[in-house]
Formats: sequence, C-alpha cells, structure tokens
Amino acid sequence: MSDSLTYAYYPGCSGAGTSMEYDMSTRSVCDKLGIRLTDIPDWSCCGSTPAHTVDHSLSSALSARNLQLVEKMDLDTAITPCPSCLTNLKTAEHRMQKDEMREKVNKLLDTPYKGGVATKSVLQILVEDFGLDALKKSTIKPLKGLKVAAYYGCIMNRPPEVMNFDDPEHPMAMDNIMKAMGATVLPFPLKVECCGASFGIPRKDVVMKLSGKLLDVADDLGVDALVTACPLCQMNLDLRQTQINSATGAKHNIPIFYYTQLMGLALGMSEKELGMDKLCVSPRKAIDAIGKEEKKIAETLLRRRLK
Amino acid sequence: MGIVNITKTYDADFVKQVEKESGQDMSLCYQCGNCTAGCPYTFAYDIPVSRIMRMVQAGQKDTVLKCKSIWLCATCESCTTRCPNNIDVAHIMDVLRHMARREGHAPVPTVKKFWDSFLDSVENNGRVFEVGLLAAYVAKTGRFWTDLDLGPKVLPKGKMHFKPHEIQGKDEIKKIFKRFEEESRK
Repeated sequence: MSDSLTYAYYPGCSGAGTSMEYDMSTRSVCDKLGIRLTDIPDWSCCGSTPAHTVDHSLSSALSARNLQLVEKMDLDTAITPCPSCLTNLKTAEHRMQKDEMREKVNKLLDTPYKGGVATKSVLQILVEDFGLDALKKSTIKPLKGLKVAAYYGCIMNRPPEVMNFDDPEHPMAMDNIMKAMGATVLPFPLKVECCGASFGIPRKDVVMKLSGKLLDVADDLGVDALVTACPLCQMNLDLRQTQINSATGAKHNIPIFYYTQLMGLALGMSEKELGMDKLCVSPRKAIDAIGKEEKKIAETLLRRRLK
Repeated sequence: MGIVNITKTYDADFVKQVEKESGQDMSLCYQCGNCTAGCPYTFAYDIPVSRIMRMVQAGQKDTVLKCKSIWLCATCESCTTRCPNNIDVAHIMDVLRHMARREGHAPVPTVKKFWDSFLDSVENNGRVFEVGLLAAYVAKTGRFWTDLDLGPKVLPKGKMHFKPHEIQGKDEIKKIFKRFEEESRK
C-alpha cells in the first residue's frame, strides 16, 4: 500500500467511552485495508458544541491545539471518525484563515498554530483515497441480503463551504460503501435531518421527537438496520431507542450500526473486534440476515444431492 | 406575536454588533422563510428562526437575547445550507447566544448548565470525562433522575470509565480557558 495512505488520527473523546465500538471498528477496518493511522500524541477535546456556543476564539483554540500537534507530526492530513470533532477542527482552520481571528486564537495557545492542516472524515478518505472499487475487491463476506438505510446526521457535509465533501442535502458516501460491499441500500429521505444532537440530557423531549421520527421512517422503509457515522446520532438512536418507544408508544427494534462495523463484517472480521457486543439494540437479527438466502439455497442443493 | 413598535424600541447598535460579530449582512434577509421551513427545532422554539432574523433587522435586542430559541439551536446547519442569499444563519444564532451569555440571560437553564458542565470537564481534564460530566450536570440542576433508566443498559457494556483520561497537556488547556477569561474581561 502506498505511503499516501498515512494519516494523523484524532479519535475524539467519545471514542474512548460511549462510542468505543466506532473507534475499535475504525481502527480494525483501516488496519485491514492498509490505511495507517498515527494517533495525534496527547490530543485534547475539540470543544464540541458547547465551546462554539460560548465563543468562537475559545472553540477554535481548543481545536487548533490539536492541529498544531499535527503540524509537528510532519503529516498534512488529520482524519477523525466523529462529525462533531470534524466540524470543529475544520471550522477552526477556516476561521483562522482570517488574520484577526488567527491572532486572537493564537493569543490563547501555548504554541501558535500556523495553519495548513487538512482535516477529513474517515468516511471521506475511504471513498476518495482508498476508493469504492478497491473496497469492492477487498470484500470477503458480502453483506448480501442485508437491507440498510444510511443516516449521515446534520453536520457531516454541512455547511458545504467548510465541509467540502459529498452532497450537503443528499450525501451518498455511506450508501455507496454499503452497496460496494454487497448490502441492499434503501433511499432514506431523512439522511441529513438532525437527531436532536446533544439535547438528550438537558431536553430529552426534543430528542424523543426528532430521533423518533427517524426511527419511524426507517421502520416504514422496512430496513433491517440503520447505518450511522456519528457517535451522537448513534447514541440517540440506539441507547435511547427504548426511551423513544416509551415516549412515543412505538415498538422500534432497529439495530443501529456504525458503518465501519458493517464494513468490518464484509472484510471478514469477527463481531468481537468490531465491538458488536457494545450495541444496545441487539444486532443479531440484522447480522443473521446477511447471506441468509445464499445459505438456504446451498442447504437445498446439498439436500437434493444427498437424496 | 404582537405588534412591535420599532420607532420606540429600535436599537441600531444591536444590529451593528450582530453584523460585526457574525460577519453577516442582516439586510440580505428578505424573509423567504426557507430557514424556518427546514429547521428541525421550530416545534420547540418560542420564536422561529426567520422571525429572529427579522427581529434582529428591527433592532429588537431584548426580545431576541431573552428568547429560548437561541439556546435550542443545535447548529445543524440546515438554515445556513439552504439560505438563498448565502447568509450564515447558524453563525448568527451562535453569536446571539454569545451576546445573551454576556448579558446574563439563560432562559433554558438546563441547556446552559449542560454546556457549562461539559466545558468544566474539558477545562479540568483536557478531554471530556463522560461520567464526571453527567455527575456535574446532576449536581448543578438537582435532576438526579436524568437518564437513570439507561444505567442498566450502558454499564454492562464496559464503556463508561469512572476516572478521567489524564493527558500531559492538561495545564495547556487550563491556560486556554484562563487566557480566554482574561481576554473577555478586557
């Protein structure tokens, strides 16, 4: 594999906690594909939503401390699985292109950040640098028979001037990865509608309504599972699914995967190393749907031959 | 929504301040309502986002800075992405809560306390410590029942750590917050 597939890796705080299966599966998938990730040494929190609601120089400083660490690594691209980290790191870079803001932010930092580090999502480099054809070729166990819809969340691709990846209203990166690896992908009309984000704790009612709507539509489509790329979306839809059922009277039982977990299955990895046991809604029925038809046909043929 | 008498309450400095801090031209908004149509939070807002835009144009500082909507915006960027005049509406919402904070308004106290607890966690540890954040939020709000039902679901998964992750640059992060406080006082 070429040297170009080496990146500085920013796992994000939730990667060590509530979204550890995202981090685990991202690392395993990249390793399997020969994509080298080097953790940003001593990385710190990007500030997430709370920081930018207080002040933009504070938010940019918390992010820029990490970008400045990437500068020291002699790598030009940092990648992160988390859209919230992504948006903060990218926005800091974007804002600091203005001299006034750069000076203001650098005043807050021990080591000033010069600028020039590109931050991308893991999703973006998988599609653009590794490529869908190569993914198709790497697939060992195709996700045949699995019906999924891809849910991107609100900020993976928006605002387009800052995020510069995929379509802001109708992104296709995850749809295409899932298709390339054999899954049946249904068109999900709410793929960029907000799930309620970080209001789960302070205003649960908001998340119940917004995430509830996403699950309703997913069920109407008849999916086996939803595929996500964001720790917060995944948590709202998976961990809070029983809360949503009690709040809305629904009876959802939809497994919510990180797209990297399903990629891992297609690459022949074990459920354990992909953190399948970390999911709250049991992924069993969805995983068992993979290759079910093929298995049935094979059994029938075998029985016929034995007769 | 009642009638606003703008001859009495128009605050020109407020409009200028919002424009300066957000870098946006408020006069570009022609009230098409696209932002409100796409905003997933309109059902929870006391003033829809397009009306907030109009209120800012009309210099209605008090009404805008005291409204709940600016604390319920998740910065999902629908408004910014869909504005036909390329106004960064989400940026304006952010700037309005910066101003509301400075004026001491917090009409949705749980949201402010959650965000504050989050930032305290970053300031103290360098990274967010999830269990500590929840505990701090509960202590701040007295809402001890917050997500109590999720405990049995999440604890057996081995995802929750009961100690923060130590980072070497912890003091660097503390200094970012300290310098920010000092700069804000200037």
